[in-house]
Amino acid sequence: MNQFQYSRVTHSNAAVSAVSKEKAAMFIAGGTNLIDLMKRGIVNPTRLVDINRVPLNEIKTEGNSLIIGALALNGPVAESKLVTEKFPLLAQALNAGASAQIRNMATIGGNMLQRTRCPYFYDTTMPCNKREPGTGCGALEGFNRMHAIFGFSDQCIAVHPSDMSVALAALDASVLVIGPKGERRIPFTDFHRLPGDKPQIDTNLQAGELITSVTIPDNGFNKNVHYLKVRDRTSYAFALVSVAAALQIEKNTIRDARLAMGGVAHKPWRLTEAEKFLIGKPVSEASFSEAAKIAMQGAKAFKYNTYKLTLAPNSIVQALKVAAKLV
Amino acid sequence: MKKKPNKNTDIIVHNDSRRDFLKQSTLLTGIALTPEIAVKAAENQWDEKLAEAIEKIPLKLEINGIQKTLSIEPRVTLLDLLREQLHLTGTKKGCDYGQCGACTVHVNGTRVLSCLTLAVMHDGEKITTIEGLANGDELHPMQAAFMKHDGFQCGYCTPGQIMSAVACIREGHANSETEIREYMSGNICRCGAYPNIVNAITEVNKGGKNI
Ligand SMILES: Cc1cc2nc3c(=O)[nH]c(=O)nc-3n(C[C@H](O)[C@H](O)[C@H](O)COP(=O)(O)OP(=O)(O)OC[C@H]3O[C@@H](n4cnc5c(N)ncnc54)[C@H](O)[C@@H]3O)c2cc1C
Ligand code: FES
Ligand code: FES
Repeated sequence: MNQFQYSRVTHSNAAVSAVSKEKAAMFIAGGTNLIDLMKRGIVNPTRLVDINRVPLNEIKTEGNSLIIGALALNGPVAESKLVTEKFPLLAQALNAGASAQIRNMATIGGNMLQRTRCPYFYDTTMPCNKREPGTGCGALEGFNRMHAIFGFSDQCIAVHPSDMSVALAALDASVLVIGPKGERRIPFTDFHRLPGDKPQIDTNLQAGELITSVTIPDNGFNKNVHYLKVRDRTSYAFALVSVAAALQIEKNTIRDARLAMGGVAHKPWRLTEAEKFLIGKPVSEASFSEAAKIAMQGAKAFKYNTYKLTLAPNSIVQALKVAAKLV
Repeated sequence: MKKKPNKNTDIIVHNDSRRDFLKQSTLLTGIALTPEIAVKAAENQWDEKLAEAIEKIPLKLEINGIQKTLSIEPRVTLLDLLREQLHLTGTKKGCDYGQCGACTVHVNGTRVLSCLTLAVMHDGEKITTIEGLANGDELHPMQAAFMKHDGFQCGYCTPGQIMSAVACIREGHANSETEIREYMSGNICRCGAYPNIVNAITEVNKGGKNI
């Protein structure tokens, strides 16, 4: 690991100004992604600004919305009563991620900013436009089993690895940030970006901006929800495909729906067309299969991930069936 | 160095000399592998200037009940501090990237991976390692259960498994085999001692003792 300077701050404003002063300064929260990347020489900050003592770890409700501080830890958030009772989809997605130890360290803010797990990004001897712009994309013609089927570009076909973010995208969350120019709120579905010709940039966060909290409106998706994660082993593995499904059901008819997929794109992939289709339809496998078909429009696979073209729609149907308690 | 032929110290002496040998040999490979530029930097004392520029940070930690006042470089992980500087080598380095759980310790009572956190981030906090689990000569119930159930073969993952297992019960996540397997999934055992590990945890959990 390269050497760096270390500062510890206790206020959001101090954090922002400390990180803004130096071009290659970075915040460190749980460190579970950043330290990994620093050990491998993939990210080389000259200064780490430790934000762990900034009081941003509260979980609270305001009106009917849930507000989670950026430094709240993944494990405790998943176990908090406020979350398990009113937003069980988020609890399920958090618990599907990493391991108990990592969830005790990982923060909500850090989780959404974790970098891709593309093996070409991780291997510093390989080309990767995300790690080193202009070197090419090794995965495009390479071992692309884990890679995107939606929203990719000829510069990058990596996927975003966060489970939590898939649930937050489905639940209409928004992110509150504070930066050198003040505070602003970003809808979660606009937080991450597609690779285009700048795959080195994962999100729309600006230089020096600190995430302070996430808000989820109370949209009544607390009964019929399911987070389905398909992976190479039962636990402690990243998703090949995941689905966050939430339904509101009245007398066997779907009143409202939220759907998002993970492991298929450079950002959590919200399935708005499929959601629209589901409204007013009867709760049945036929409705769910039709929604999955709509969701898969425009999907395109590479040499080693064609299985995702089958796995993804099947996962959508299965997640919806479990959410609707058909299985 | 000669020591009295006492069974316990014999083991320690043996460990000590083996460890010293390992340390010396890694030092030698270290020198053998040092690239020319680094040797040159050392000759010209450039690295000392560099070292001055990177300040050491004062750090207070309570490790296994003992207060420590330290001064360390910010890039030292909690794992490296424990093993390399404090010689608490019970905590193991398996992967160093958060993928195996061998380095699991408790920080303020919760289980974390010491390889993915910097020591400086824990100023004023309480660290418990496998060395701090037993009560004097009396094994912790989880240590005793691992021995009774053969919860290991080579033993490399065991300190991490035990630290994680204790936390798993304290968190209330040891109520069925499925739950134990899920909440222990962050601890990999290459020897595949999983069934025996699950048995050990189940027994301690059913014992109902406050661990
Ligand atoms: C072995 C392993 C398995 C894993 N498996 C999964 C999995 O299955 N599913 C999953 O979703 N995740 C998984 N993870 C990833 C894990 O969830 C992330 O590493 C973690 O959520 C990152 O949070 P952190 O607080 O540790 O972030 P850090 O590592 O501290 O920071 C990550 C990034 O976010 C920035 N940052 C942090 N907080 C803020 C803030 N408040 N404002 C602005 N910038 C900030 C940092 O500068 C850094 O760039 C796994 C990780 C490991 C090591
Ligand atoms: S050494 Fe920390 S998880 Fe492997
Ligand atoms: S006992 Fe050998 S790795 Fe677990």
